[in-house]
Amino acid sequence: MWDLCTNALDTARLRGAAYGDVRAMHIRQRDLTTKNGQVGTLAQSESIGIGIRVLANGAWGFASTDRLTRDGVAACAAQAVSIAKASALAKRGEVVMAPEESYVDSWQSPFRKDPFEIPLERQLALLLAADEEMRRVKGVTLTETDMQFRKIDSWFASSSGSRIHQRKVISGCGIAATSFQGDEIQKRSYPNSFGGQYALQGYELIESLHLLKHAPIIAEEAVALHSASQCPEKIGTLILGASQLGLQIHESIGHPIELDRVLGQEANFAGTSFLTLDQLNRLKYGSSIVNVVADARLDHGQGLGTFAYDDEGVPAQCTDIIKDGKFRGYLSNRETAHLIGLKRSSGTMRTESWNRLPIIRMTNVSLLPGTWDYSDLIADTQDGILMETNRSWSIDDRRYQFQFSTEIGWEIKGGKKVRLLKNPSYSGITTEFWNSCDAICKFDHWTLWGTPNCGKGQPMQTMGTGHGASPSRFRNVRIGTAFSNQ
Amino acid sequence: MKSPAKSRKVSSRQIAARAELVEERQLRQMIATVLRLAKSTGAEETEVHIDEVADTLTRFANNGIHQNVAEHGVTISIRTVLDGRTARATTNRLDEDSLRAAIEASLSLAHSQPKDPLLLPMPGKQRYRRVNRFVNRTAALTAEDRAQAVRRACDLAIKNGQVAAGIFASGQSQSAIGNSRGLFAAYRETHAEFSITMQQEPAASWAKANSADVRAFDPQKLAERASEKAHLASDARELAPGRYTVILEPAAVLDLVGFLFYDFAATALRDKRSCLNDRMGKQLFGKNITITDDVYHPLQEGAPFDGEGLPRERVTLVESGIPKNLVYSRASAKAAGKKPTGHGFALPNEYGEAPMNLVFAGGNSSLEKMVASTDRGLLVTRLWYIREVDPYEKVMTGMTRDGLFLVENGRVTGAIRNFRFNQSLIEMLKNVELLGPAVRATGEEAFEMVVPAMKVRDFHFSEVTKF
Repeated sequence: MWDLCTNALDTARLRGAAYGDVRAMHIRQRDLTTKNGQVGTLAQSESIGIGIRVLANGAWGFASTDRLTRDGVAACAAQAVSIAKASALAKRGEVVMAPEESYVDSWQSPFRKDPFEIPLERQLALLLAADEEMRRVKGVTLTETDMQFRKIDSWFASSSGSRIHQRKVISGCGIAATSFQGDEIQKRSYPNSFGGQYALQGYELIESLHLLKHAPIIAEEAVALHSASQCPEKIGTLILGASQLGLQIHESIGHPIELDRVLGQEANFAGTSFLTLDQLNRLKYGSSIVNVVADARLDHGQGLGTFAYDDEGVPAQCTDIIKDGKFRGYLSNRETAHLIGLKRSSGTMRTESWNRLPIIRMTNVSLLPGTWDYSDLIADTQDGILMETNRSWSIDDRRYQFQFSTEIGWEIKGGKKVRLLKNPSYSGITTEFWNSCDAICKFDHWTLWGTPNCGKGQPMQTMGTGHGASPSRFRNVRIGTAFSNQ
Repeated sequence: MKSPAKSRKVSSRQIAARAELVEERQLRQMIATVLRLAKSTGAEETEVHIDEVADTLTRFANNGIHQNVAEHGVTISIRTVLDGRTARATTNRLDEDSLRAAIEASLSLAHSQPKDPLLLPMPGKQRYRRVNRFVNRTAALTAEDRAQAVRRACDLAIKNGQVAAGIFASGQSQSAIGNSRGLFAAYRETHAEFSITMQQEPAASWAKANSADVRAFDPQKLAERASEKAHLASDARELAPGRYTVILEPAAVLDLVGFLFYDFAATALRDKRSCLNDRMGKQLFGKNITITDDVYHPLQEGAPFDGEGLPRERVTLVESGIPKNLVYSRASAKAAGKKPTGHGFALPNEYGEAPMNLVFAGGNSSLEKMVASTDRGLLVTRLWYIREVDPYEKVMTGMTRDGLFLVENGRVTGAIRNFRFNQSLIEMLKNVELLGPAVRATGEEAFEMVVPAMKVRDFHFSEVTKF
């Protein structure tokens, strides 16, 4: 691979590129699903190719190919330079990047059990057993399970001398039970909805989730929701379970801090951000107990946003995003870092595959743990609603106004969970919401959740991001709006 | 070696030529190779999909190009059957050793699972209706062509004191399918798309078009429309949320009704996750709502065959507000005692099938007529971040975006801050008062469909945002 990378960079330089970087990638994936006791998807795929990014005439060009011959790669590099020169026909200024050292390194994400070495029969048997456990519960009308494994090798080379090889192993799985009764569809998922939990781990992740123990519990909850009370509509106290809070972080902190959005580069598609440059170090984003970091380092955990180097060759970093409630930092790349006067990129350029241009993406954007024990938090809440497991999510294109609904809720009265609630939802304005946070549970209840399906960019790219969170409490939140019918 | 300067002069046309797709003759050869290799490994049946894409996309923001990309790739996906079991393996390595490895991976996956008593034998040779959606002018579009169009749009923005962002994309793709029972089908198409957001702080507006033929739209006219609407949108005031009559432009209609497509899958009803469970044959929508799935419609795109190679049929899904028919894969058709309609996904999968080429019947009310007929209402340019809140009542939430306007006494009187909506699609399609002509609409939440603009009463906005 290194020879092809060097060939691409040499061709780009000869064609007139002032800078070039290359990502060759080999992605292997296995997908398993079951539905109602039958195998659904059973598939394996591999994709290998090279993407070449160049700066020529002060503008960017990118081309990719799966023709991994010297001629195929050279043609692709020439195409990238040609595209960069076309970009220069409509450029508004020269691209300048913040400085970065060159690195020669090799890194592999840690895992104990290679999921591709675990017999498929064993993986399927676990899913089918979980499926069967859910189907035992009367009233369940649909059962679904899934597992996905990825092994990604990437070779990064730049004209400034970097040569970085990384291997990442990603695992994920989830189960769900659905019940249709009367005029209502209710669903419960474990350990999270929309595919479950994903992490930069091996098969040990799957084993740690104890699917068989949780299968009957969620199946019974899905059926019980039909006879539960409707979540009331009111302004009140809200406690969010950790996985739902992870998505809340993703949508209302992770996306608005992306510097490409802030600078208008995503205005046509993903949108912009309310976090204009004048807000940095000034805005009171949240209450004083809210501390959020973007941390791609292994020290933070094995999340979907963990790596050694980003796809621009910048080492993984931890950036303060919110410190003691105050807005402190953005996610940047080398170009946007220079544009706003930062000395260095925060290392968040990531690409889905060899055929996509790296763009600014979340790494692990996490709410740091607080001090509360979960049982104390419930006991301390006189009148509130606990919501768990996302069902729907939506936020405006500047990331002010959001609405989430969850699969399940419980009313809390006098410090106890007193009744089940169906169709819970809440909504608000981002900064008002985070400023209303008055309790965050401690590390014992903290999980680094994986969001495997974050879409951004044109052409669209799907990226995995990590979000550490523990159950937290928010005051004076608007509850029940999704089902209001004024 | 040629000098770089000399190479530059011819490079773009040469590169465009290199992006030409594999010829059908070669596709047949590739499929024959896989079938031969699979037979020698013991597969009882084999199906081969080939997908090739050669796409380019120029992205601009802050009145200049900031990203500009091209990709080319071919994938081969192989499904084998052995002793009542099936599985799929996909690769983009086309040498015989890699193809053999993919076949073996597919067989190994298949072997690892229980026997499927419902697995059907692969279909034999089929007859297909020809559709031609490959436009040479689109295929020949160069990075320079796109850059020039983008430059003109950005110059307009600068002239009007605005900031432009968007894309100009073009490309070509093809898919082919063949199996060991003699089935073969191939289809190629081109596609072009221009999307532009014009920002005039604190507002913005948007226009977008998409076609197999790049000559079907004029990027500069789209830029002009977005620019005019951004100017109109720049002084927005806040209205109280509540129920309003809305005039939804086609992109707004598309992004909402696009969420209905999977409800018409026979498998979705069987799994009891469709909003049509217990509602087929009933007057569910207004009598002015008729929906077909029609890949052959002149404004539609996509292959005229499904994931198993069956020809797609035109299906009337809703007639005068009554859901009449579903779409079927071979497996769901057999389970229901129906004929397959050619809408199945590639096997194995758990979703079955879906109509991918929805066409709503239109009416004869222009947007201007809809505005003129409205005493008080809102004109909606597009919607954003739409998600399903209630799967059975089909309640959707989302935001308005890039131009929400107040209509009073038959005319647009000003811009309004964006709203969040929580609206049942079933209720909405009961409340349609006027329909425009059906057009090929393109948004960001659903794949392209043929839909009209709609005037809808009592549309429910639940909250307002800050801009």
